[in-house]
Amino acid sequence: MAYPTEYRYTKEHEWIVVKDGIATIGITDYAQHELGDVVFVELPKAGAKLAAGKIFGSVESVKAVSEIFAPASGDLVKANAALQEKPETLNTDPHGAGWLVKVKLTNPAELSSLLDAAAYEAFIAEKQKEASS
Amino acid sequence: MESVTSPPIVVPRKTPLNAVHRRLGAKMVNFGGWDMPVEYPASGGLIAEHRAVRSACGLFDVSHMGDIRVHTGKSAGGAMAAVQHITMNDASRLAIGQAQYSAMLYPEGTFVDDVIVHRLGQDDFLLVINAGTREKDIAWVRENTKGFDCQVEELSDAYTQLAIQGPRAVDALRELTDAHLDGIKNYWFTHGTVCGLKNTLIARTGYTGEDGFEIYVPSDVATSERVWNEVLEAGKDFGIVACGLGARNTLRLEAKMALYGHEISEKINVWEAGLERYCRMEKGEFIGRAALEKARAAGLRRTLVGLEMIERGIARDGYRCLNEAGEAIGVVTSGSPSPTLGKNIALAYVPPAMTAIGTTILVEIRSQRCRAQVVATPFYKRPRKALAV
Repeated sequence: MAYPTEYRYTKEHEWIVVKDGIATIGITDYAQHELGDVVFVELPKAGAKLAAGKIFGSVESVKAVSEIFAPASGDLVKANAALQEKPETLNTDPHGAGWLVKVKLTNPAELSSLLDAAAYEAFIAEKQKEASS
Repeated sequence: MESVTSPPIVVPRKTPLNAVHRRLGAKMVNFGGWDMPVEYPASGGLIAEHRAVRSACGLFDVSHMGDIRVHTGKSAGGAMAAVQHITMNDASRLAIGQAQYSAMLYPEGTFVDDVIVHRLGQDDFLLVINAGTREKDIAWVRENTKGFDCQVEELSDAYTQLAIQGPRAVDALRELTDAHLDGIKNYWFTHGTVCGLKNTLIARTGYTGEDGFEIYVPSDVATSERVWNEVLEAGKDFGIVACGLGARNTLRLEAKMALYGHEISEKINVWEAGLERYCRMEKGEFIGRAALEKARAAGLRRTLVGLEMIERGIARDGYRCLNEAGEAIGVVTSGSPSPTLGKNIALAYVPPAMTAIGTTILVEIRSQRCRAQVVATPFYKRPRKALAV
């Protein structure tokens, strides 16, 4: 799966994209593949504030819980409620319908420290090389 | 000056099928010091593998399991006496060709490991043990059989052990063997030719709660890979898929089969674990018996129960259990979504007063307390045929 060039990425495998002042955050295709079948998603409730680098939710596969870190700080606008009923959307469309939250960024400058698609792809290529050795 | 030693670099061990798993694109994990497949995306992943075993069949590499043979010394009967001394079930009730679930206990009545004891001959036994406890187990067996006239031989590295599990496992294996599989009852075994390999041990055992077989073939890579591939090929018509440790865990959890380090350990005794069916106090002396007598008289402090989550949330190993007043009362030992039931299930140790079916127990999942209730176990029991064959 291609990594959209307009997105920014973290080394913890989250993505973020900003449109009309609102940022959408999700997990990457690499992350969903590593997790396996996603069966449960826990997202912040209305009024939540996300802090860059801090945990804001969790994604569970059958075998494990993974925490999700905020790529940037912001106030929650909306969490993807559809994931409660269909957590498998994270596996089938991680960069689209499987988005997790929408936030209003409080410090957009934080985005400059994130990876672009090419840098993220290089990062995961390195990880995959390690895993297969 | 103090000398500083760097920690040893632990390289995970590999089964003879490691390259096969990697070629199949399996996701690998370190399990008990072994580099093992956890799931195969090519099989459809963990849930698909789980379902295949419940409805058709699955093939597992379980070569990381250990094998210890205890057999006759100078005179007959020494191996039987030794096995009776180190295990809690009654090996004298086994016919030749029969196996039993059992355990080796510490003098405290807690678990060294659980084992499957196979009676190979009059005074000849094969103990199949867990991967993570191999070294400890073999040392324990050697130490505690010293006073007996028997020979102890570790065969762990001599065998590649494959588990073929599921309602169609018998059909898949039938294609590859001259053994009369229908004549092997549950927890019995035979020796036959499998994939041209004479005298192969074929046991009707498993760790999935489903019908199935475990076969033990020579551990050289060429033979191991050939047998693995032939089983997959023969099973094609019966829906076989390669299965990893992820499905193995969810399958055994649904069937409420204990996992060492979780439901059983050096801190948990036989009564707490609810394994009294496999502990034969009447057979006479064995290691752990005296402590178990005392523990029985003293009464249970905790016992293993099955939980089903009522509120959204998945209980995991180590999560705390609370009563409705919010007091800590126990701990989860294993927990997972159940692919068969479509519910989130768990096993937990709680006080005996809280074991009635329907009792509410709160599980602390991160910052939240989620309601669960005690349910009957096993969570899943395979449908039995109307007539025994």
